[in-house]
Amino acid sequence: MAAGEPRRVGYLYVLPALAVYGLFLLFPLLHSGWLSLFDWDGLSPGTWTGLDNYVELATEEGAAAAFGHAAVLVVFFAVLPVCIGLVLATVLHRTRVRGLPFFRTALFLPQVVAMVVVAVAWQRIFAPDGVLNAVLGTPGRAWLGDESTALLAVGVVGTWVQTGLAMVLFLGGIGKITGDLFDAVRMDGAGPVREFRTVILPSLRPEIGVALTLTVIAALRTFDLVYMMTPQGGPGGSTTVPAYEIYQRAFHGGQVGSAAAMGVAITLLAFAVTFVITRISGGGRR
Amino acid sequence: MKVSAAERTGTYLILGVFTVFALYPMVAILVTALRSEVAGQGGIHWENFAAAWTQARFGSYLFNSVLVSICVVALSLLLSVLAAYAFGTMRFRGSEVLFYLVLLGLTVPAEAVVVPLYFDLRDLGLTNTYASLVFPQVAQSVAFGVFWLRTYFRSTSRGIVEAARLDGAGHWQTLWRILVPMGRPAMVTLAVLVFMWTWNEFLLARVMVTGEELRTAPLGLQFFSGPATTTVPLLAAASVLVALPVVVLYLFLQRHFIRGMVDGSVKG
Repeated sequence: MAAGEPRRVGYLYVLPALAVYGLFLLFPLLHSGWLSLFDWDGLSPGTWTGLDNYVELATEEGAAAAFGHAAVLVVFFAVLPVCIGLVLATVLHRTRVRGLPFFRTALFLPQVVAMVVVAVAWQRIFAPDGVLNAVLGTPGRAWLGDESTALLAVGVVGTWVQTGLAMVLFLGGIGKITGDLFDAVRMDGAGPVREFRTVILPSLRPEIGVALTLTVIAALRTFDLVYMMTPQGGPGGSTTVPAYEIYQRAFHGGQVGSAAAMGVAITLLAFAVTFVITRISGGGRR
Repeated sequence: MKVSAAERTGTYLILGVFTVFALYPMVAILVTALRSEVAGQGGIHWENFAAAWTQARFGSYLFNSVLVSICVVALSLLLSVLAAYAFGTMRFRGSEVLFYLVLLGLTVPAEAVVVPLYFDLRDLGLTNTYASLVFPQVAQSVAFGVFWLRTYFRSTSRGIVEAARLDGAGHWQTLWRILVPMGRPAMVTLAVLVFMWTWNEFLLARVMVTGEELRTAPLGLQFFSGPATTTVPLLAAASVLVALPVVVLYLFLQRHFIRGMVDGSVKG
């Protein structure tokens, strides 16, 4: 980096941002680490328990279930949208589509709507008298009220939200590939599949990395959807996720230390995910 | 490029299917919002919006959302511009370390800090205040804003800055008279993103606000959807009211906004 000229006045410019950032993000993060070493209900004095909360997270069934559900959501929030986004972007690139701006705008739209609204809309679709049952011919089925389908239903909504984001990122990436590359493989007589494998996929590595990072972290963070669509963590706790457990433990269960430990755990997970994906996709830049 | 008619048809088919998938839930909720509260009665019922507005005290919720969003956007933008300018154009001891420290905030999930934040702010007597809704969101947005705008400041040409210097402009004037006006697209994209995140934020508001008078719109919707007395059309109308400001803003600025997303995510 080391760009720019030497200037001590720089400290004054960064100070206000650093102050707010330090007080309202960095300090709470460290405080979270500290709280995670206590058994505390939020009111009476806490007792030091060392790493007990972490040991508990690793062994306790509720926590394991929450992380398991998060893993399922990663498939719906990240893997599926990236795959569908790749197909859509490739297909759009090959054909000169009329009304491309319309399609792009429409497919991205789910990203901008508040999750609470998304939840209300999809609750109606999954309702016993909703459109899904009408289409599938399964009247009266409560998709969100059934232990075997509630998490999958939340997952489908995640796919719905994230697909447009992935597609838009990939369209931008394909736009940056030089035409020569395409010409070369076509001269070779490559069909769409080989063109995808040899040109598009390797060139899109940075964009795939960004899309995966954003969507995996979104999956790890899911709270609003679960909280609104399946109150109480779904039937039989089938949709509890780490963020939901954090909220529940800290503010309703009187287990602040355990909630803080869970917060530290998802922060570390988010770091790990970012690190690994950035490494694999080549640092996010060409 | 030339493709076969079959491939063309296939393209439109795939696009059509996914566009319907993307739009259906939103169209459905809009249609429901205009339906009669009494089942089986036809016609378009605009009065649902008025009813949702008054019954759910939406005027007050939307006011809170607007106020909080404006404060967060303005503060985040100001702090990000100042810091990104220094990180992008100046060199000082520790600037690299400080920059990476801020970048760290990009990956910290808000869900992980909301618990200590609540207890810290409670001890200071700050829960259930506008400050408890504004500052944590500024802190989150500043991490992104500094990252986003530093790229812009680094890409500005040295020549312009030096020309300004020769004209006798100091670093302060160079920033506000030249670099900020030139960087309008980057700032607008940042402002729209921060506005969207702030407007849609739910967990932080859910935790910080205990009374009714500070509830933001997404929070209002949650409480509105609770009581069994609410009819489906009213709930749908309230949902439309919550989503509308961001959707309208997005539709107005989408070209600009999507380009910003693409340019910023990966440096080309």
